[in-house]
Amino acid sequence: MKRYEMACVGAGPAGLAAAIEAARHGVQAAVFDENDRPGGQLFKQIHKFFGSKEHRAQERGFSIGRSLLEEARELGVEVVLEAVVLGLYEGRVMNVMVRDFVEPVLAERILIATGASENMIPFPGWTLPGVVGAGAAQTMANIHGIKPGENLLMVGSGNVGLVVGFQMLQAGAQVAAVIDAAPSVGGYGVHAAKLARTGVPFLMGHTITKALGREKVEGAVVARVDEAWRPVPGTERTFEVDTICLAVGLNPMTQLARMAGARMTSVPALGGLVPAHDENMETSLKGIYVAGDAAGIEEASSAIIEGRLAGLAIAHSLGYLDQDGFRRLKEEQQRSMVGLRTGPFGEKRRQGKAAMMAALEG
Amino acid sequence: MGEERPVARIEEHPILGRFEKGEKVSFTFDGKAMEGYAGEPIAMALRANGVMIHRYTAIRGEPRGIFCAIGRCTDCIMVVDGRPNVRTCVTALAAGMEVRTQHGVSAGKGAGGA
Repeated sequence: MKRYEMACVGAGPAGLAAAIEAARHGVQAAVFDENDRPGGQLFKQIHKFFGSKEHRAQERGFSIGRSLLEEARELGVEVVLEAVVLGLYEGRVMNVMVRDFVEPVLAERILIATGASENMIPFPGWTLPGVVGAGAAQTMANIHGIKPGENLLMVGSGNVGLVVGFQMLQAGAQVAAVIDAAPSVGGYGVHAAKLARTGVPFLMGHTITKALGREKVEGAVVARVDEAWRPVPGTERTFEVDTICLAVGLNPMTQLARMAGARMTSVPALGGLVPAHDENMETSLKGIYVAGDAAGIEEASSAIIEGRLAGLAIAHSLGYLDQDGFRRLKEEQQRSMVGLRTGPFGEKRRQGKAAMMAALEG
Repeated sequence: MGEERPVARIEEHPILGRFEKGEKVSFTFDGKAMEGYAGEPIAMALRANGVMIHRYTAIRGEPRGIFCAIGRCTDCIMVVDGRPNVRTCVTALAAGMEVRTQHGVSAGKGAGGA
């Protein structure tokens, strides 16, 4: 059995930031990731981030990813790739599968930073080749240099739909329209404006009713919805698209937390069921922490801060950081988080986190 | 088999510039010779060659292709060098690979079960 002081599951922004912060104070840290490259979804983020300078605003996701990896390397963080964490058991034991080999790993502190998975909406034809998740479109275009299609319909006007919609234009594809069943655009005005300025039509209060085609997508039918979100007959219109991109939200990947028996709580503002955690990112299970989208859907910038908070708390709990130092560094991160969670979107998440923490105490 | 459509590789990206790729290699798709880059996911090489359909489902025979592109959904599984259920979106292309459309869940053509 391999032993570590700290093991992170997931080498995205939260997991890397946590390991870096802990390792900086002397913790022996390892990060496991099922992918063959680290960085989580950072490397497909080619847009500039928001926030202030300290949140690395104006930097693009992939450059933030690169510097996190470099820092992790310098601090001696062990990053194990193609390593699937199959299970998390009592006594902080995880089973890790590297290629075809399964090995138990014991860690004094474990951080679950598994990120999120995409929500999907089913409709007739949704399994046809040519219907893809927005994340897939982004992976194809920004990582592999493959245009997902020539002409696409974007379903969902949250930040993912808006950002990926614009990235599809950058990839050389056309965006026939952005639709959303909600009455108004879900994402930031800046992202919406960027896309709208290019002439892409926005159809709010519309849903997709079917994908056309027998062997692959040849079109999409959309219709207006009524107050009860039901399609209104007679309002259908067809778009001749070869690709339908689904950007209808994310949900936290919490299987490991649930398996270990962490207390879960449902917070709609954070994307659904999340492991309840305190301000140190510790779950209801002692020594098991959670950070990033797995702790509630937010952004890469907040995932990094949550990761740092967890890393500091872990370093402190293992005796590498004294009470005063911990309090000072933690407050620094908390201030930074307050700066990020401003505006109507941030406020909702802040309230969501507050409700979740109250649930943990209750 | 669906009609193939030309889906170009992005030659010059406004933010990312040119994509670094491995060596150009040959492989086959259902016996047909194709080219791709070593190390890129098989699914990407197929898409660059216009292939949309990766498999047909066991019971209804419905077509499936790339859906999540990160190895989670298993919609893109194919028979690679005789081995079925290979997630082509996270499996690297290598020279000489034989990639086949998968029917059902096993390597046999038209087989519905394992």
